[in-house]
Amino acid sequence: MFKDIIIGKYVPGDSPLHRLNPTVKLIFTILYVAALFMADSPISYMIFSLYTLTLILVSGVPIKVILKGIRPMLWIFIFTAVLNVFMTPGEELWSVAVFSFSLKITKEGVTAGAVMTIRLLYLIIGTSLLTLTTSPLQLTDGIEKLLSPLNKIKVPSHEIAMMMTIAIRFIPTLAEETDKLMKAQTARGADFETGNIIKRAKAMLPLLIPLLISAFRRADELAEAMEARCYTGGKKRTRMKESRFTGLDGAACVIFFLACALLAAAEYWI
Amino acid sequence: MIETQKLSFAYRADDNARENVLKEINLKIDKGSFTAVLGRNGSGKSTLAKHFNAILLPSGGKVYVNGMDTSDGKNTFRIRQSAGMVFQNPDNQMVAASVEDEVAFAPENLGVDPKEIRRRVDECLETVGMTKFALSAPSNLSGGQKQRVAIAAVLAMNSEILILDESTAMLDPKGRREVIETIKRLNSEKGITVVLITHRMDEAAEAQRAVVIDNGEIVLDGAPGDVFCRVEELKSLGLDVPQVTLLAYELGKRGIEINKSVLTVDECFAELIKKASEVGI
Repeated sequence: MFKDIIIGKYVPGDSPLHRLNPTVKLIFTILYVAALFMADSPISYMIFSLYTLTLILVSGVPIKVILKGIRPMLWIFIFTAVLNVFMTPGEELWSVAVFSFSLKITKEGVTAGAVMTIRLLYLIIGTSLLTLTTSPLQLTDGIEKLLSPLNKIKVPSHEIAMMMTIAIRFIPTLAEETDKLMKAQTARGADFETGNIIKRAKAMLPLLIPLLISAFRRADELAEAMEARCYTGGKKRTRMKESRFTGLDGAACVIFFLACALLAAAEYWI
Repeated sequence: MIETQKLSFAYRADDNARENVLKEINLKIDKGSFTAVLGRNGSGKSTLAKHFNAILLPSGGKVYVNGMDTSDGKNTFRIRQSAGMVFQNPDNQMVAASVEDEVAFAPENLGVDPKEIRRRVDECLETVGMTKFALSAPSNLSGGQKQRVAIAAVLAMNSEILILDESTAMLDPKGRREVIETIKRLNSEKGITVVLITHRMDEAAEAQRAVVIDNGEIVLDGAPGDVFCRVEELKSLGLDVPQVTLLAYELGKRGIEINKSVLTVDECFAELIKKASEVGI
């Protein structure tokens, strides 16, 4: 049951989006999300739609995969939309009395609900495009580069990235171990499948202790193996795959800032 | 070359009951040789191995690797680079999420130029026959394949000495075969000094020299054939004797003398045929 967990759901490919420098992609994604929450004119959202659609087409990631990523969020969309529609004060469009409350739908509420839903939708599409086109390793590399200016204030950017890499590396190993432990305990009469959620969660508790102990043992052995291969932290370390700033990244920057300029124009002059 | 002089070691678990795990071990391992270190659980063989690349430092005596004293902190990284170590559990020694990144890890740590790292990674994966899997995730490999990757990951430091600390103990027979074939090839073709820590006699039989350790002391040392024919001593040390050696020994007890230092089924068969023709069957 744990074997299906895939972090980031990377879809291998060779599109321009896949080849983009991970640091550049990370920065663009952060700016994209920020812009998404600052914009509020309808034309801005048209620009966002166009931009996001272009990215999806360029990435070559099947639409089906993206829709699959959105589906689990459906309830959050509905919840936000409903909350906004009913809770925003303003010009009344329609109302109904429920006991002593009066539920009313306002014009502002409908707009706010629509805007919030669109924002959330594009937020998820935008960020999942990042993880769909960037392998976990590239992603940690990008994070390391992005954090490296913080080295000056003693943020250990290399160590953080290394921890993330190791965590990603050990997910399948620990998942396999959990599977084994569950089978071993099932064989001795443990029941993980029946009962309500609380009962099932309680049944999982005896898994945690052996899993934790073995994780510590693994960490100890891994540290020894890393030391045996001369690991001393980030200093003086080189990388086999250096992520360089290429012409492609330059082109992406131009396109991205053009889109930003367009957005700014839409916000202020229209 | 590795040399130990009166090497003693004690884990500082409890100061009162301080018993030495290693007791004044004098051992010299020649350059380009293939040595198997044998012993039952708790005999101190793994502790000894960990002294060969400065993971553990002697409590008494000295260890020299290529003439460098392991207890001198300045030498630590040069020693670890020249004496690479492959551990027991294949899952717990892999750092990276892909095979080629795993092999690149050690040269990256040493600050090697990226182009040179790429060259070494390709070469080392080729050497252990794992080129096809360069982009695979470690979790998709078999145990034997993982250990071959671990060997490549050590070779990428340009090590001259390869220490295998029970690296075959968790593998199935096929995986064990893969690893043994790989290290034998490295030893004969590339002249890499191999120290194989094991409790399996059939693996030790592949070596040029077998050193048996018990209770922190060297009890037997010699060519595998000569060591294995001392059946009674090995049994008293809790070690299994290879089946063919046992057969030769038991036959000898019953008055049929054949060469007792046979190691493989084929050698044993040849000896038996020779004996049979001698007595005229």
